[in-house]
Amino acid sequence: MSDAAARRPRRSGLGLPTRHMVAGALFVLLAALPFIATAIGDPFLVVVFTRILVFAIAALSLDLILGYGALVSFGHAAYIGLGAYCVGILSRHGVTDLGVHLAAAIGLSAIFATVTGAIALRTRGVYFIMITLAFGQMAYFFFVSFAAYGGDDGMSLAQRSTVFGSDLLRDSTTLFYLTLAILVGFYVVASALVGSRFGRVISGTRENALRMQAIGFRPFRYQLVAFVIAGCMAAVAGVLLANQAMFVSPAYMSWHRSGELIVMVILGGIGTLIGGVVGAFVVLLLEEWLAVFTTHWRMGLGIVLILVVFFSPGGVSGLVQRLFGGNR
Amino acid sequence: MTNLLILQLLNGVQLGILLFLVAAGLTLIFGIMDFINIAHGVLYMVGAYLMATFVVITGNFWLALPVAMAAALLFGLLLEYTIFRRLYERSHLDQVLATFGLVMIVTEGVRMIWGSTPLSVPIPALLSGSIPLLGIIQYPVYRLAIIGTGLVVALGLYLVINHTRTGMLLRAGASNRPMVSALGVNVGQLFAFVFAFGAMLAAFAGAIVAPVLSVDSGMGASVLILTFVVIVIGGIGSIKGAFVAAILVGVVDTLGRSFGPILLQMVMDPSAASQTGRTLAPMLIYILMAVVLAVRPAGLFGGRPA
Amino acid sequence: MTPLLSVEKLHKAFGALKVTDDISLDARAGELHAIIGPNGAGKTTLVAQLSGQLHPDGGRILYDGQDITALDMAGRVQLGLARSFQITSVLPGFTVLENVALAVQARSGSSFRFFRSAAAEAGLNEPALDFLRQVGLEARTEVLARNLSHGEQRQLEIAVALATEPRLLLLDEPFAGTGRQDGAVLLSLLESLKRRLTIVLIEHDMHAVFRLADRVSVLVYGRIIATGTPADVRANPEVRAAYLGEEEAGVGA
Repeated sequence: MSDAAARRPRRSGLGLPTRHMVAGALFVLLAALPFIATAIGDPFLVVVFTRILVFAIAALSLDLILGYGALVSFGHAAYIGLGAYCVGILSRHGVTDLGVHLAAAIGLSAIFATVTGAIALRTRGVYFIMITLAFGQMAYFFFVSFAAYGGDDGMSLAQRSTVFGSDLLRDSTTLFYLTLAILVGFYVVASALVGSRFGRVISGTRENALRMQAIGFRPFRYQLVAFVIAGCMAAVAGVLLANQAMFVSPAYMSWHRSGELIVMVILGGIGTLIGGVVGAFVVLLLEEWLAVFTTHWRMGLGIVLILVVFFSPGGVSGLVQRLFGGNR
Repeated sequence: MTNLLILQLLNGVQLGILLFLVAAGLTLIFGIMDFINIAHGVLYMVGAYLMATFVVITGNFWLALPVAMAAALLFGLLLEYTIFRRLYERSHLDQVLATFGLVMIVTEGVRMIWGSTPLSVPIPALLSGSIPLLGIIQYPVYRLAIIGTGLVVALGLYLVINHTRTGMLLRAGASNRPMVSALGVNVGQLFAFVFAFGAMLAAFAGAIVAPVLSVDSGMGASVLILTFVVIVIGGIGSIKGAFVAAILVGVVDTLGRSFGPILLQMVMDPSAASQTGRTLAPMLIYILMAVVLAVRPAGLFGGRPA
Repeated sequence: MTPLLSVEKLHKAFGALKVTDDISLDARAGELHAIIGPNGAGKTTLVAQLSGQLHPDGGRILYDGQDITALDMAGRVQLGLARSFQITSVLPGFTVLENVALAVQARSGSSFRFFRSAAAEAGLNEPALDFLRQVGLEARTEVLARNLSHGEQRQLEIAVALATEPRLLLLDEPFAGTGRQDGAVLLSLLESLKRRLTIVLIEHDMHAVFRLADRVSVLVYGRIIATGTPADVRANPEVRAAYLGEEEAGVGA
């Protein structure tokens, strides 16, 4: 059974206008968060949510290829790491400008995604999953043994990225809004992308690659471009993560992280874009919540995963839909 | 220099043998069931922990090994019966998700039972010490025993796969799944057998490596990734491919780490060479994988195009 | 006049089994050339080689005088050689209109356009609707392809093939699995396409073939044993012995 047939991402969740409304409402609510945090006297909330937004960006980018292209990439966290290391390494050498950091992160990720994607996309199914995982680990081990930049221990940043020489981002609220703005921007771009000519080729290939060739497309190059776009978006998330944590570590790109990104996309509802965002909230908040009860919270997450696979194909949005009889 | 080469070559082969034991079962699971199992590495880890436990309980390595294997086999059957059985017909994505969840559960379970301090298993007296090889080189007997055991298992697998009815079914199944059910074989039983057997092989690798490594809850993950590389290089479903690729990966990885910096010293100054070498060496096997894939997308011995 | 498609000494073997054994045939511009044969004759393998899905071991395929033997499927489609599949092959999660619009898109302009909504592009939807009218599916545009009946999916497949603007249409057993009613709809559809396009029709259904074809080739065990008008082929004793005997009643001779 093909992945595409098993999960029917498009049209399986909430309808498109509803989805945009949910997204809009969520973004407005998030924009109000710093005020809420001040009101309830918990400024740390802004820091926590910046981190969640960063992973929401990464999950959104993964959904682009996983949900719309059925490309089960198990190495997506590598791009977060590449983005983060661009900040760390450049800052170490005195280049602190955010624009340069972003450009470097996007450029480097584009190269990495083009090379590894060109190899992985020649294969299908379990091969593709294993190869993306292996290349992700390659990047991970590279930085683990890169002693000049902290190796296994990672590296601390002396300061956040600067914007045209100003240290605007020192203020956590500003960083929060920047992250939110990028997430909203990426959501809008990704929504346009999946409905465009390009997006149709990507989801058409997910549905039936042979059929696409029989109408004159060569899917490989489109899939590769989508793979590169998703990688670059995740690298931007990495730049933001480095700024949020003021720390860069190979742990950002471990295969557990890649797995968690997949989990976010699935739990939130695959092939919906906003699902990745919701999934990031669900997973990270679930982690925080479970961690209150036990140091072995990962076991709880693991059990949730297996239960979701067994009982709720379609993830949380599928569950919501089944409970409330959705609008199929 | 030559001595070092021989020592490292042996270390590489030993790593390769372990990788082969883990990969053999996994490549069959991939090939026959078209099933992606992220959780195979935890079986290796569980094997090591079981071994550590039973060595303490029985006080005897040779008694502990079969008991640990029996326990691992039971554990494999349990997992097959409760979880994997429900996943065979599902999409790869579901399989990834559920087995990823299983990795978290088992890893945390191991930490809950055994704690997060690494355990160690003593080398049995019979196999302790070193023996001289080629004159002045000393090599630990236990490591030679690992190599020997692995070769025996590989030979046994070869005989089973090529000269028994079950083996014939496995080979047929790895290259053409519908055919196996057409032959009137109980596919459910075959799957359960392959899975439990693969689990036991992985656990066996974990058990015999326990005396030379520290037993910790992260050991499954690192071996899993290497195993994937082995399977991709060797070709899914091919035991022969898994063997060749495992030895190749073991040797390349080990030699790269020890000789990479030395070779680089010829073209750059020593401190830079040592750092660059240490950074690049871990990437060698992935580059090897990329090269193999570029030339043969189905792997060295993979019949079916990916 | 050179034929639009000509196949020269095509060979394909799976192990010792010669599935395509030295096949030469051609399709003249505007004709409907049917290739018939019993199950296992190698029809599907032949279609796969003609369409570029499978590469032959030897021989050449010429299209409009150009050697396309090494060209992949997408490349052949771009030259105007479209195909349908024996087992219905549509995009199940796309609507009927989207299925055809995507084929229009393949022929009109770049698909590396990232922002403008394809659903709102009249340049895609209007031609797509046109092709759907030709096959009689204009009332079903918003239905998901997976929810169509089997016969309708067949019609959709032909609309998709037409939307690639082919000069040569390669149809792989379009009548397979269709009932009497669906078959009649399909038959009149193919009659309306005749002359407008060159058609190579691979078929098991005798009735349809003898009504439609200008020429018929008979494929048995990977070899063409006869080529000619339907009347010639029907009268050929070798063909009768090898194939027609069993289906005499179906032919209605």
